[in-house]
Amino acid sequence: MSRTDDEHGPLVDLGRERPQVPARARNLSPIVPRASIAGRALVAVVAIMTFLASITTGTVLLVSASAAEWQSEVASEITVQVRPAAGRDLDRDAAAVADAMRAQAGILEIRPFTKAESAKLLEPWLGSGLSFDDLPVPRVIVARVQPGTALDLAALRNRVTQAAPSASVDDHRAWIERMRSMSGATVFAGIGILALVIVATIISVSFATRGAMAANRPIVEVLHFVGAGDRYIANRFQRHFLRLGLEGGVIGGGIAMLAFGFSESIAGWFAGTPVGDQFAALLGTFSLRPSGYLALAAQAVLIAAITAWASRRTLFATLDDID
Amino acid sequence: MVRFENVGLRYGLGPEILRDLSFGIPAHSFQFLTGPSGAGKTSLLRLLFLSLRPTRGLVNLFGHDVSLLGKDEIADLRKRIGIVLQDFRLLDHMTTYENVALPFRVMGRDESSYRREVIDLLKWVGLGERMDALPPVLSGGEKQRAAIARAVISRPHLLLADEPTGNVDPTLGRRLLRLFIELNKTGTAVIIATHDITLMDQYEARRLVLHQGRLHIYE
Repeated sequence: MSRTDDEHGPLVDLGRERPQVPARARNLSPIVPRASIAGRALVAVVAIMTFLASITTGTVLLVSASAAEWQSEVASEITVQVRPAAGRDLDRDAAAVADAMRAQAGILEIRPFTKAESAKLLEPWLGSGLSFDDLPVPRVIVARVQPGTALDLAALRNRVTQAAPSASVDDHRAWIERMRSMSGATVFAGIGILALVIVATIISVSFATRGAMAANRPIVEVLHFVGAGDRYIANRFQRHFLRLGLEGGVIGGGIAMLAFGFSESIAGWFAGTPVGDQFAALLGTFSLRPSGYLALAAQAVLIAAITAWASRRTLFATLDDID
Repeated sequence: MVRFENVGLRYGLGPEILRDLSFGIPAHSFQFLTGPSGAGKTSLLRLLFLSLRPTRGLVNLFGHDVSLLGKDEIADLRKRIGIVLQDFRLLDHMTTYENVALPFRVMGRDESSYRREVIDLLKWVGLGERMDALPPVLSGGEKQRAAIARAVISRPHLLLADEPTGNVDPTLGRRLLRLFIELNKTGTAVIIATHDITLMDQYEARRLVLHQGRLHIYE
């Protein structure tokens, strides 16, 4: 609070020497020189971190979407196996079991596999041209369950074993559990990687801020001399760091989005190859849903915000040391 | 305006550099602070500028006990104090004009409201032709004048100057002394730390003499 507000007379009287004051503003230099902040390196660090975080999130979203799809497909089916037993007619048993299943509420459709179809299922392991008459090959009956209904498995098992004591019901629970744990592990690993990326970003940004503050210490001291508070000084520095964080976030997030956008066409080049088929089986079509892109954009903004927050925290800590 | 009571200062575990200082700086007063090299003049100025805290005693500035002040309050009080340091502390990436206008800029004032005042003052201290020059190309004397202009531009309540005429010729030294006297006439309390007996002899003012860590006052 100077006295210039209450006294308006000139401090010095120049008389006729008074210069013509130019109309243009003369405060052109920023208080913190832009060149003194290690900008490019920080933009590159934030861009790389955002890219890694986006690829991780995108992959987690793809895997969990595919896993949910498999689960719903597998959960909508049950399989009954009728094994040959001494003194019983396998065809009759299979027909009796199919009838018993049809009578069960919640089952939409029954598809009994014939002897020839069952043989076809075993062909990859036993080869073609074998006679299955002498082999105890079980019959398989697949039923489609009405989605959203809880099938009474105990009642179904009861009916099926009454129709044929050698029959067993498989509701694929073991498979579903394995898929659920696999997709859960993928999401967990993804969250772990994201946490590491965010911690690495905070550490990198803190070091960059500390370096910039050390390089600009004389400026900070002069600003203190002319009565600038920590908030004023921190704001001058923070603008730069927020801009750098946003630049890095847009570059890293943008490249990751482009990668997911083009991955479908890239996957098309490998279609038909064993690698392409394997990836297609694991991740589906590679294409992210619109909500996935929104999540990546939100993540880029979050990383820029983390950059700004980490730099502000370091700024105030460093200002405390300088004073 | 400023009151010291039994103030002592030591750096770390070293000996006490300033001992039992008790004095006051009245508003609108003018004084020279003098003493041999190493007597603690700069340390006393730093205590007055609140960039050092006393190890003991009471410092009261503008009615505030400084030991109770937070960082924001100290920053506010500093806006009422102008300081000229021996090493000038100009910002090398800003022009002379921008350096001198910095206190107004920090206050958030519009540039058009102070442009004329800054240019007039630069002309007065002989830097009218060097307004757009950057500090690295200024001579020692020019830097000193720019630092003085920055300290007085906002007409502080208290002006602290550490050897302000150390790098200028006697004529310019007298001119700068006149500037301090003018500033004092408009109401600023002025403390000039100096070795220069000739400078002190040019103006009848109170003298604060530091010797072996103690202060002797000659009214």
